[in-house]
Formats: sequence, C-alpha cells, structure tokens
Amino acid sequence: MKIRVTVNGTVHESEVEPRTLLVHYVREVVGLTGTNIGCDTSSCGACTLHLDGEAVKSCTMLAVQADGASITTIEGLAKGGEMHPMQKAFMENHGLQCGYCTPGMVMAATSLLQENPNPTEEEVRIGLEGNLCRCTGYHNIVKSVLACAAAK
Amino acid sequence: MTVTDDRPTAVLGSRLLRKEDPALLTGEAKFANDLNIPGALHLALVRSPYAHAHIKKVDTSAATASPGVVAVYTGAEAQSLWASPMPSAWPVTADMKNPPHYPLAVGKVNYVGDAVACVLANSETAARDAAELVDVDYEPLPAVVDLEDALSDRVVIHADAGTNKCYTWDLKIEGTPGQVDEAFKSAAYTVKGRYVQQRLIPAAMEPRALVAVPQPFGGDITLYSATQIPHILKVMVSLTLGIPEHQMRVVAPAVGGGFGSKLDVYAEELLAVALARKHGTPVRWNETRSEAAVATIQGRGQIQHVELAADASGKLTAVRIRLLADMGGYLQLITPGIPLLGAFLYAGVYDLPHAYDFSCTGVFTNLTPTDAYRGAGRPEATYAIERAMDQLADEMGIDPMELRKRNFIAKEQFPYTAFTGLVYDSGDHLAAAEKAAALADYDGVRARQKTQNVPGAKKLLGIGQASYFEMCGLAPSRVLASLNYGAGGWEAATVRVLPTNKVQVVTGTSPHGQGHETAWSMIVAEKLGVPVEDVDVLHSDTAISPLGLDTYGSRSLPVGGVAIAMSCDKIIEKAKRIAAHQLEANEDDIEFAGGTFSVKGSPDKVLPLAAVAFAAFTAHNLPDGLEPNLEAHTTYDPPNFSWPFGTHICTVEVDVETGKVDVLQYVAVDDCGNQVNPLIVEGQVHGGVVQGLAQALYEDAVYDSDGNMRTATLAEYLVPAASDVPSLTLGHTVTPSPTNQLGVKGIGEAGTIGAAPTVINAIVDALSSLGVRDISMPASPQTVWNAIRNAQGASK
Repeated sequence: MKIRVTVNGTVHESEVEPRTLLVHYVREVVGLTGTNIGCDTSSCGACTLHLDGEAVKSCTMLAVQADGASITTIEGLAKGGEMHPMQKAFMENHGLQCGYCTPGMVMAATSLLQENPNPTEEEVRIGLEGNLCRCTGYHNIVKSVLACAAAK
Repeated sequence: MTVTDDRPTAVLGSRLLRKEDPALLTGEAKFANDLNIPGALHLALVRSPYAHAHIKKVDTSAATASPGVVAVYTGAEAQSLWASPMPSAWPVTADMKNPPHYPLAVGKVNYVGDAVACVLANSETAARDAAELVDVDYEPLPAVVDLEDALSDRVVIHADAGTNKCYTWDLKIEGTPGQVDEAFKSAAYTVKGRYVQQRLIPAAMEPRALVAVPQPFGGDITLYSATQIPHILKVMVSLTLGIPEHQMRVVAPAVGGGFGSKLDVYAEELLAVALARKHGTPVRWNETRSEAAVATIQGRGQIQHVELAADASGKLTAVRIRLLADMGGYLQLITPGIPLLGAFLYAGVYDLPHAYDFSCTGVFTNLTPTDAYRGAGRPEATYAIERAMDQLADEMGIDPMELRKRNFIAKEQFPYTAFTGLVYDSGDHLAAAEKAAALADYDGVRARQKTQNVPGAKKLLGIGQASYFEMCGLAPSRVLASLNYGAGGWEAATVRVLPTNKVQVVTGTSPHGQGHETAWSMIVAEKLGVPVEDVDVLHSDTAISPLGLDTYGSRSLPVGGVAIAMSCDKIIEKAKRIAAHQLEANEDDIEFAGGTFSVKGSPDKVLPLAAVAFAAFTAHNLPDGLEPNLEAHTTYDPPNFSWPFGTHICTVEVDVETGKVDVLQYVAVDDCGNQVNPLIVEGQVHGGVVQGLAQALYEDAVYDSDGNMRTATLAEYLVPAASDVPSLTLGHTVTPSPTNQLGVKGIGEAGTIGAAPTVINAIVDALSSLGVRDISMPASPQTVWNAIRNAQGASK
C-alpha cells in the first residue's frame, strides 16, 4: 500500500506491506534508526515517537495507519544544531546510561510536559510508566524531567 | 597524583557531564541493529517448544520452498561448521561435567528455546515466516525443572554424564581440625536458613543483535555484536569455528546495557559468523524480547542453606553454607563459576575466625542456562549472610544494627587477611553503617514502629539493612588460575599524545552505559593536564584495541582505569627526558604539573606538554637513543581484588490486608574508594539498587512443571517502571584502595548486591510482630499475604 507521511518535516511517499509496523517503517523505510525496539508487547516504550504531536508507541500501530500524519522522531527534536531542552536536561542530570531507552523516554517526557507543564514527582513517575529503563533506576530520569519543567 | 594547581579544581572527583550523551540523546548513536549493511541475509532460529525431548525428525522442505529463503540448516547439517562445541571457560573442578553444547541441537533438546534449526532468508520477515514452517517431530521426555529433584537423578538430562550433578566445589577452612563442628556444638546461638534465589531475566533494554560481515576473497570476517566482551568473543569465536584469530575482528557498537547477559558466547553469534563465511555474504540477526527470555542467559537460580554459629555476645564463631546452583540445560561461558564468585563472601563484612565450611553443587535442569547477572554470585552471598544476621539478631532479641556492629571488621584491622587468605584492602564498615543510619533516621523509625505497629494495625512499618563487601576488580590472574578460570584478569591501555597535543586512549574495556569515554578522559586530563575534551577514548573494536579483557564484574575502573593512569605515567617519564634535553637541564630536575614541564629552581625554564609532543613527533632534536612519539602501553594485572563496601537501609510499610509493600525510603551509603566522577557513581548505584529491589519485590522467571517459560514477555516479567520504585537517598564514605594509584575500587554492582537483602529484611522486620520470620522473593502482595496468613495460622 502507498502511504504519505511527514517525518521530521520531510514528506515521504512509500510503498509498504499492510503488516508493516510504524516503527519498522520509520527505521527501515525512512532510515531513521534513533527510534529503538525493545520488546514485542508494547511494554517498554523504547519506540515512542510523536504522531501529530502526541506520544505513541510506534510498535502499536501499522505504518498504513500513519498515512497522512506528521511524525517527529528523536532525530527531529534538536533544532538548528541545538539539543531540545529535554535532551539537555537528560544530559545535565545524567538521565541516561546505555541510551537505548533514551529516545523513547525523551519523546514520552516531552509529551508529558506538553500535557502537564508543572508535574509533581509522582506525576512524572506515573506519566512515564509506559517506558522502561534498566540502567538508571529512574531516579535521574525523573530528576531530568522535573528540571526541564522547572527551567521553562 | 599529579598536582594541578593551575586549575581551580581537580578533574578527578568532579561531576563532569558525559561526552557519550549527545549521540545517544539524538539518535545518532548506532546500535548493532541500526547498522546499514547492504545485502545482508537474515537469520531466524527454530526453537524447541519442549524443555526435554528427543528430536525424531526435522522436515525443512516447506521452509526451504518459502519465498526469500536462501538456506535452511538442521543441527545435524550444521555439525560440519564447528571446530569444537560452544565454549565453557571455567572448569571449576577436574571432574566437572560439561556435556557438548552446539549452536543447533543434535538429537535432543534440553530446554525450551534450545535451537534445532535455522533459516537464512533475504528479509527478517521471510526468515521468521519460514522458521515457522520447519516441521520438527519431537518425542517429549519428562522435564527436570526443580533443583532438588534434579539432584535425585530421577531423570538424567545428559546420558553421557550419567548424572545431573555438574560438580561439587568445596572450601573448608578451619584453624584446627573439626573447628566448624566444634563451634556449632559449643555455640550460644545457632541459626539456620534456607533461601531461594529465584531465576532472573537480565532484560537489558536492547535485546541481542548482531551482523557478521565476511570478506570472501580477503578472508577476514567482522562480527558486530551487542556484546560486553568483544575481545573474549574474538578468541572464542576463532577457536569454536577454526578461524585464524588474526582474521577475526569483533566490534561492539553502541550497546544497550548488558548486566552480564552480554558477557557470553552465544549460538547466534557462532551461527552468523559460520554462515556468513559459508555463504560469502553478510548475515544478521535481531533477537526479539520473547526470544530473549529463553535464549539469553538468566541470572541467580540457587537454593542456599545457611548456618551461623555465634557466642553469647552474638560474635560469629562459624559459618556453614550448602548451595545448590542451577546450571540450566548446558554450561555457557562461565556458568559453573558464578556461585563461586560468592564463595568467599558468605561471612560478609564480619570478623569471622577460621571456621568456614562452604560447599556448592551445580546441577543441570531443563531450563535456559544461567550465567553472570549483575553481581554474579556476590548478591546471592550477601543476601544469605545478611538475612541470616537478621535471623540471629531476632533469635538473640537484639537490634540487627547492634549485632552487625559487634561483628564488623574494625577499621584498624585493615588491610585484613580473611580466613580465606584473601586480603581485604581497606574499609570502615562502622562509618558507612552509621552514616546510613543517620540518613535513614534509624532510631526515629524504630520509635515510630512502637506507636504504629500495635495489635490490629493495618499498616506495619519495617526497617531493614544490609552491609556488604563486593569482591571486585576482577582480577589478579594468579588467583583466577587457582580457581581454574580459563583466562587472566589484566587490562590493557595505550595512551598516545598526538602531534597537536590531542590525546588518544585505547582501552581494552568495553562500555555499554558506564561512561568510560568520560571517566577515562578525566583520568588522562588529571594526569597529563590536558582539557577533558582533548581526549578521545577508542574502545570495543578488536582492530583498534587488539588487547583487552572487557567489561564485567566492576573491573573496568580498578583494572582498566588504573592501566590508563600507568600509561600516562610512562608518557610523563618519557616526556621529561625530552623536556630535559630541550631545556638543557638535568632530567632529575624536571617537574611536571598542570601540563607544563619546568626546571626545579629555574621558574623561567618551562616547556608545555604540547611542545614536547610536537618535538617527539618531528623527532628533530631528541635525546640520543630515544624513540620518536609520545606513546605508552600498559598491561596491568592487579595485585589484589578491590573491596568496595557499604550499608543500605530501607524503610517499608506493609499493608497487612493486601500484602502490598510500599518502600517509604531507601538509603544507600556506598564506599567505592576515590570517585572519578560522582555523577556516574550515583547513576550506577541508582540503577543497581533498583535491580536488586526488583529481585526483592517484582521479578521472577517463572517456569511451569513442564519447563515452559511463563514470563516470556515484558507484560509478564515485571521489570519495574518509574512508578514502581522510590526516589533514592544516597550517601557515601571514601576509603581509598591502597592497591592502586587512583585509590579506586569499582561501583557497578554494589547497588544490586545491597538491595535485595535490605528490602526483604525490612519486610520481615515489619511483619515480625505477626510471627513472620522469612519472606521468599519476590515479595509480591500474594507472597506477603500468604506469609502473614501462614504465620498467624501457625501461632493459633
């Protein structure tokens, strides 16, 4: 099937199999490998990206369902050579170690602050419960998100 | 250490942000399955759905005819690919059973997930689709899933071995013959415990992934793999496949966590390399998460019998340990040795006389092989002694903190020669425990318990602690030899100052989240007085870093980091000769500080390192006989292990009606000696604590009685989310290691080692008034609720 998707501001027209997941489309068809795959049950959130401004796990939908949509991946978050404030907050607060969950975590966190610009620690923890990290124990991820919110 | 008085603060010990981060934060970093390798074939494995079965027949005709399929191999057909069976590098005893283990099983499968055939196809989906068409006729056999049942040999898994017992390894140390038995006979107090270390799924967020890229005409082959051990893997793949080692290159690209699970030589790595060579084309494989649950090693899996003897004051007089350790269906790289990494630690941080009796029996089961998982033997040992210490305190009716204080090895006793002959380098357990107690408001919580934990209370407050030693900095090669380990424990480092005074470090460590690029740069910056950003750290590619023993066991800093510091010393030594020559001074009068050479007593005679580096490069005017360039190599074999330590304290509230445990506060006071970068140290502790807490509360690799994995996805296996864990309170003490010039000890596993016993001790403490004396892990609401009900039933 033919689909037309705007990815990080660039329009892509591609032929995809109906069973292709959005995450595979982004990684293999568009060629943006920053969005990672960490599970097969939509549990880990490593593949989180923004679809029409909302965080979605890109393994939970088919590429054809994104036809006509606008997607932002982790590669599209930095602007003009400057990291996004959330990316900077993660760096400044050591919110990442191996970095595999990080793109999904950052995408989920930016979406979280769009919905709730001044969350409490508990709201951050609950807001990120769909994204798993095995390295940080979440302590510094939560700190990063709160720091980013406070800086706004 | 070099004194760098021209900078306001020393680099070492500063909270420098990580250089690794921008690439990881922007999607720029490439993990193994991000690598774009044109023309690669995709590998898919056909895995046994049975834990134990004979393979009667494998029909590959439908799979071979499936679209996009290039080849299908059964175990029998693949036999010609192997020069030897898969490696197990740790024959712990001379009579250890090590049944042949091949990447594809031949004749018989021994765990769910054991691979029986594989498909090569031109896309991942084509390979997976075809794998489902491979028709295997199995004759199921009774499965052995229980450790004690395995030992009965009711069903023998490996017929040639004749028994499920893999080995028994003993360590009995007595000052006088019969001392252990005598101590138990004459003890004022004895306690016995039986603890179960449940199997854990390591669950690094990046599943395994790899690409093997051959050069059919040149003869070389490169394996890109999500591994912690590119160097060890290179040797092992070469040996197993009969590839000349100099033609084998292994690269670990960005690696998304390991925790021991990527410290192995896996069937898929061997298959991909063998088939890439055979077909003359790249072969790649990506593990799915549910595949990882059965095909990647698991951690723990032990039944521990612990006995302590103590005198009337609670001073330990003897320790007796009997372990049953689950090997799984086969031995992976260091499976049999994992329990032995804890063998020396079952007396914990306590001043035990020479009365120690340890025995471990490894058994085969029809389950996924076990191997190293964060802490590897040491969390298990710490759990056993720290749970047993709480039992002893309960038996004596004294506070567990007080019991520990009576037994701690005192600060003045270091360096302390333990009953095992091992020398504990430095420590101050009392200081760490007191600091943790202050941060946790230990006395305050005890006071609150008196008012809260009254008869009929719905929520009970508990506080628990664990004090630990982590034997790390693996390792003095001679000690490893005495344990029959198949390799040494050194680490290599090359430091070179480039013509423009930028510095390249080549390390044999292989980071996958630990921040070595930043930390190693800081060591060089401190030593050579160059800016951190002028240092580049090269690693994880055997073509660039040919020598190394990789990253595991909290070894990278105390071995690999120290090797870098030593190479810097050699650079300075050589540079001093050049500076003396150029400044027309005596070499003994040259001083080096803050990146500048100067002549003692002649403040105007100075030469920056940059000038020396350029002079070394041009070689126009060097002292006679001195080689050009500033480059130094070190292979460092540590003279001793390092011994980080600490005390963790946890406060919990347990809902008596639901069994739910709320962690109110978690305090970790860790001492890893000098800290290179406290930001990274804290990160390691945070992650480690949560992994240990996860063992205590959530995680359990569950099998049914037929050996089927019941928790194969992240929907069933409870890796905690942010909402499941508390914010952590960290403190630290600093007791430098006298063993190495940086005074460092290592911190990768400390959190995990301390956390599980701390949390369980807190829960048992909360429920002690209800008669609960133990809780098995994970302490799920159901487990806790049942424990309360059973205890109350027993007291009626």
